[in-house]
Amino acid sequence: MTILLFENVRLIDPAAGLDRPGRLLVRDGAIAGADLPGAEGAPEGAAVIDGGGAILCPGLVDMRVAIGEPGFEYRETVASAARAAAAGGITTMAVLPNSQPAIDDPALVRLLRARGEETGTVSILPYGALTRRCEGAEMAEIGLLHEAGAVAFTDGTRAIADTRTMRLALTYARGFDALVVQHPEDPSLARGGCATDGELATRLGLPGIPAAAEAIMIARDLRLVELTKGRLHFGHVSTAEGVELIRAAKARGLRVTCDTAPPYFDLNETAIGDFRTYAKLSPPLRGEADRQAICAALADGTIDAIASDHAPCDADDKRQPFAVAAAGGTGLATLLAVTLAQVHGGSLPMIEALGLLTHRPAALLGAAAGTLADGRPADLCLFDPDRAWRVDADDMPGRAQNTPFDGRALEGRVLGTWKAGRPVFAHPATGQAAP
Amino acid sequence: MSDGPRAAPHRFFQHPTRHLLGVQGMHPTRIEPFLDLAESYALMNRSRKTPRDLLRGRTVINLFFEDSTRTRTSFELAGKRLGADVVNMTVASSSVNKGETLLDTATTLNAMRTDLLVVRHAQSGAPALLAQKVEASVVNAGDGTHEHPTQALLDALTIRRHFGGLHGLTVAICGDVSHSRVARSNIHLLTAMGAKVRVVGPPTLIPGAIGALGVDVHYTMEEGLRDVDVVMMLRMQRERMTGGQVPSAREYFRFYGLDRRRLAVARPGALVMHPGPMNRGVEIDSRVADSDQSVIREQVEMGVAVRMAVLDLLSRAGEPT
Repeated sequence: MTILLFENVRLIDPAAGLDRPGRLLVRDGAIAGADLPGAEGAPEGAAVIDGGGAILCPGLVDMRVAIGEPGFEYRETVASAARAAAAGGITTMAVLPNSQPAIDDPALVRLLRARGEETGTVSILPYGALTRRCEGAEMAEIGLLHEAGAVAFTDGTRAIADTRTMRLALTYARGFDALVVQHPEDPSLARGGCATDGELATRLGLPGIPAAAEAIMIARDLRLVELTKGRLHFGHVSTAEGVELIRAAKARGLRVTCDTAPPYFDLNETAIGDFRTYAKLSPPLRGEADRQAICAALADGTIDAIASDHAPCDADDKRQPFAVAAAGGTGLATLLAVTLAQVHGGSLPMIEALGLLTHRPAALLGAAAGTLADGRPADLCLFDPDRAWRVDADDMPGRAQNTPFDGRALEGRVLGTWKAGRPVFAHPATGQAAP
Repeated sequence: MSDGPRAAPHRFFQHPTRHLLGVQGMHPTRIEPFLDLAESYALMNRSRKTPRDLLRGRTVINLFFEDSTRTRTSFELAGKRLGADVVNMTVASSSVNKGETLLDTATTLNAMRTDLLVVRHAQSGAPALLAQKVEASVVNAGDGTHEHPTQALLDALTIRRHFGGLHGLTVAICGDVSHSRVARSNIHLLTAMGAKVRVVGPPTLIPGAIGALGVDVHYTMEEGLRDVDVVMMLRMQRERMTGGQVPSAREYFRFYGLDRRRLAVARPGALVMHPGPMNRGVEIDSRVADSDQSVIREQVEMGVAVRMAVLDLLSRAGEPT
């Protein structure tokens, strides 16, 4: 029996509304009490970890991650993504199915889960393809994929363009109470575009995508949710109009949810500067008014989760003229710290911010993760909310280095990460041995 | 003729960077030296007395990823009239891995000790990417729909020669503004120099945010050309007319082609300009293109002079004053 005792920590368990100084006991990899009334000393044989007043919270649950496996291992592998996740305090990640091959077969779902277990550092929750090969035409085997452990269904970064297909998928998924996740962008409006329509794209001579491409897709899909009574989640929402539609739909009682990603509340389109391809994302970075609307939607609860939207790209695919460069940015290692900027800026309470990174995405995916409840696997993240650091694209954990936050000064550093009670990451400054 | 006429102030002027990637953000005090020097080169070109040893021993490479005989020839002449070794490289841009080619090319050019690199590329920002990697001075000879700075300079010089200056003039830029790097560079340059700029075209070919660049937008030629001093036509790409942005060439000419009737609402003696090559009967009527008001031929002449000034000034950008 191994016993771990975290002492001198600020315990935050958003699912339980817990936020106070305390201790946490871990027995055999499972949480064995967030509270030890009266017990001053450590249980016999316990390894004591002095948190030095840092925050101890559930390991983060990242609900939107692209990894290169299978098919694009030169971008990132499960192993390298797992290293980046551990450094970012992430112990559970849901991975997108638009790989090569697409995750449209139950065997592939099982494979990905097993690949996660092999790492020993991060649980992989596979998304199942919503349509075969993520091509947007014929429905994938949603039932079989669900049975094999797919947590939700999506075509990843491809929107389901065909209205009839989307209607069918939403309707059919209801039979399994399965969540459908949409990339909210009208593909025909987005075709060929690489920046948000507006002054900057005009000046740079870059083909634009109107911000309305998001609202148009969201508006259509909300109407389909009313028609089908399905469950729908919008990934990485990024516009004022988009969140306003979702806010109104929630008020009407529709079963819709959404997430956003750090670039959309921390950066705006000016980050692309003079053709900086690391800031080329999909959807593209928006104007400042949209960024502010995303911050407001985080604060008022319209947005249900924050996901890293991690999208590894090969350096050669980024060292291209802007319009032909690959879209996407890494995000695992910066997810927590960029989110904390909202806390430090006063627009989001700490416990709410952590909730958006833990139990709320876990609940959306039906995953038993993201809480400090007794008996749960001890997936933990210890972080100093005030420790300053600077993002350096040449020195990121994992293989892919294409962070849109290069040079960003941040406050909040992960000190240690534990997966089922085992240390999987230790920041060098903590003096603890790295696993 | 090394001691040929040179406008004195320019001996002390230095362009602040090694490169000329765009006009956006250039202050008039940075623009005028190019125009002044080009003016003197225009005179020298006419008298066939150019300083042939000015760039002797320097290598100018015309690196064209997009075919453009006119611009390439203009740069080639400019380099040769200043005595540089000029080499033309045309790179097929059909390969999928364009960027890799671009950066590999940069390495190659460094090894060849290129002094001035003139780049034309179908992608916005490609010369800027190249400029990060090459040791040579980079001149943007047109990138995607971003900028075409030497075209704007030669247009400004042409206008200045007729009106004595640019301040207070009204210039209408007409046609496919959305896909035009010529329009963007001209908008930046003309507004910087104090001219009033209008853009005129069908709404599908005018970017919605163009007003932020300090121009007025008109959707009819009758309104857009009223009382203007200069009418600048843009080349209409044929693929736009089959791509759905405009229904047909004949409809386009009917509403946006420049003919004598439309030109009549402009100021008497207004200049007619076109960056070439023209689509006669699509965006411009031959009788207008060949009329006394047309300065299209002069634009080509000024093109060589402007490019001489650009090569001259950039080649001196790193030297101590």
